[in-house]
Amino acid sequence: MRPEVLTGEHFLTGDEACAEGALAAGCRFFGAYPITPATEIAERMALYLPEVGGTFIQMEDEIAAMAAVLGASSAGAKSMSATSGPGFSLMMENFGLGIYTEIPCVLVNVQRAGPSTGLPTMPAQGDMMQARWGSHGPYEVIALAPSSPQEMFYQTITAFNLSETFRLPVLIMADEVTGHLSEKVVIPEADAIKLQTRKLPRGRKDRFKPFQPGPDEVPPMAAAGEGYGIHVTGLTHDERGYPAMSPEAHEKLVARIVGKIRNNRHRIIQTESYRLDDAEIAIISYGVSGRSSLAAVDEAREKGIKAGLLRLITVWPFPEELIESLAKKMKALVTVEINLGQIHLEVERCSRGRCASFLVGHAGGTVISPDRILESLEAIHK
Amino acid sequence: MSTAILDLPEKEYIMPGTRTCAGCGLPIAYRFMLKALGPNTIMTHPACCLTILHGMYPKTPVGINAVNNTFASTAASAAGLAAGFKATGQDFTVLAMAGDGGTFDMGIQALSGAAERETDFIYVCYDNEAYMNTGVQRSSATPAGAMTTTTSVVPKEQSKKDFIQIMEAHHPAYLATTCSSYPGDVYNKFAKARNIKGTRFIHLAIPCPTGWGFHTRDTVKIGRLAVESAIIVLYEVEKGEVRLTGKSLSMAKSGRRKPVDEYLNMQGRFRKMTSAQVEEFQKQTDKHWEELLRRAGF
Repeated sequence: MRPEVLTGEHFLTGDEACAEGALAAGCRFFGAYPITPATEIAERMALYLPEVGGTFIQMEDEIAAMAAVLGASSAGAKSMSATSGPGFSLMMENFGLGIYTEIPCVLVNVQRAGPSTGLPTMPAQGDMMQARWGSHGPYEVIALAPSSPQEMFYQTITAFNLSETFRLPVLIMADEVTGHLSEKVVIPEADAIKLQTRKLPRGRKDRFKPFQPGPDEVPPMAAAGEGYGIHVTGLTHDERGYPAMSPEAHEKLVARIVGKIRNNRHRIIQTESYRLDDAEIAIISYGVSGRSSLAAVDEAREKGIKAGLLRLITVWPFPEELIESLAKKMKALVTVEINLGQIHLEVERCSRGRCASFLVGHAGGTVISPDRILESLEAIHK
Repeated sequence: MSTAILDLPEKEYIMPGTRTCAGCGLPIAYRFMLKALGPNTIMTHPACCLTILHGMYPKTPVGINAVNNTFASTAASAAGLAAGFKATGQDFTVLAMAGDGGTFDMGIQALSGAAERETDFIYVCYDNEAYMNTGVQRSSATPAGAMTTTTSVVPKEQSKKDFIQIMEAHHPAYLATTCSSYPGDVYNKFAKARNIKGTRFIHLAIPCPTGWGFHTRDTVKIGRLAVESAIIVLYEVEKGEVRLTGKSLSMAKSGRRKPVDEYLNMQGRFRKMTSAQVEEFQKQTDKHWEELLRRAGF
């Protein structure tokens, strides 16, 4: 038997580190379906979940994988799946069900170059808007963007904690390079890892209302079989969980599931700043592009260009206020991402025309080199 | 109808060279399938090992038109192609081809729908008994006792899904099984299927050295062993009548059949099988063979 937390220094790929993060976070169910470049997460979970008393099921497709994750979480187990492009598209209906029925779980998308089958073995960050709007209807999401195997480990734990705290499926939007890159990963002692678990109901079981929120707008969650009467539906529902077919009930419920994220965004959003204090040009980036950007900032500084970096660790909810305040201070904002402008449009929106906004991006298939970012910084600087 | 190897059409539809793994059985079968179907064929396939083979110019030029569909949709894509050709008055053979993952697991809904609607197409499931394109994960076609990367500690405990029976329950116009180690059998069945209207389902067994753990020189040998041990049985079904073909027919006549041991022992994926599991594998093989013998009138 292996320990639940693999404390120590390891040389792991991002995908492997993600699996270790999940095990350390207490994940006990993995609903799998093979897809490049996320398969290695499933393979490691298949190997180790049984050793910690968990269950791994390779399902018949991604629709089933995501549905099983919702099922396992409803039964009380911390649950997750991992996929990429086409699988992410197939999971979107059940993802939306999870959002609306407030089922905590984690879904990892190791992004490859799309659209469609695209370049299965090569990186991209082209699913960022799909992460935000991929399922139908109005809702809010939480999406994290790790940039190293070490972050794959920690952000998987963070994703589980956020999902349990706010009762929703949380996305980890990784990329092929971060997933397949091997680096040192330091795993702390088990008791140094802070874990959150879903708020449990208290009080009389016969008076329990499964969707009656607390002051934080999050309802406590009873697991099936604990004796609480629960009714879960993807139809618009009231506090009892019963369908409530009216525009008023719809407004009330959607406002709450949106509000519980928007109103708590300051607890959720994490970013990392680098040399921003005296900067005139700020790069906004995330994931593997954040690493290229880091190198570009140092090279730009050597050339006398006052560049800095805001790396988004949380991409959704979007740090709107932070971008707006940067826009007031900077001459230009430069978004670096492996797509043709997704987060770039958000940056532009939030900068409200207060400074120039540029994109350094391409359609996918390889990382963005620091040289390419530097060229853009030089052109903007002139 | 049967064609001797020497009488096969000389025209090639897949050119020399391939991107598949060394020793892959798929190009062998595909070459003879296309000889039987001819140039008036449109093929649709999902992301699978066939995508590795298909049309990666100039590594494997393929001489027929092809459409790459989404993973769950091969038969639905074919249904659209067949309807489109009908609407535009064109006469093509619509060939849908997916692996065991894209058929037994993910593609079953689309295939069941197309077969129930009696869609006029040929559906081929090439079965290499796991998700080989993503690196050997189990599928519902993986036999009990086999190791894959998602059944690596405890080999798969469940038996292979009897998908051929599921397809037979749809009463297709033509149903056949074949194996890449018998190109003549492959050719004959596709040549026959081509001239039948309605849904035609062909199960094509493909040995996979990468996923099964055998030497690349043994691909043909492993497929033959599978047939000689009756793990794979070559037959066809029309209007509920079972007819054994090729090697399986001669085995039925001679009564000679190899035990499963040699087949299992040649493959790394079965190295954790217990003797009880081998015994069970033999028992299931016997039962399947005897049932087919009975249905074929032996």
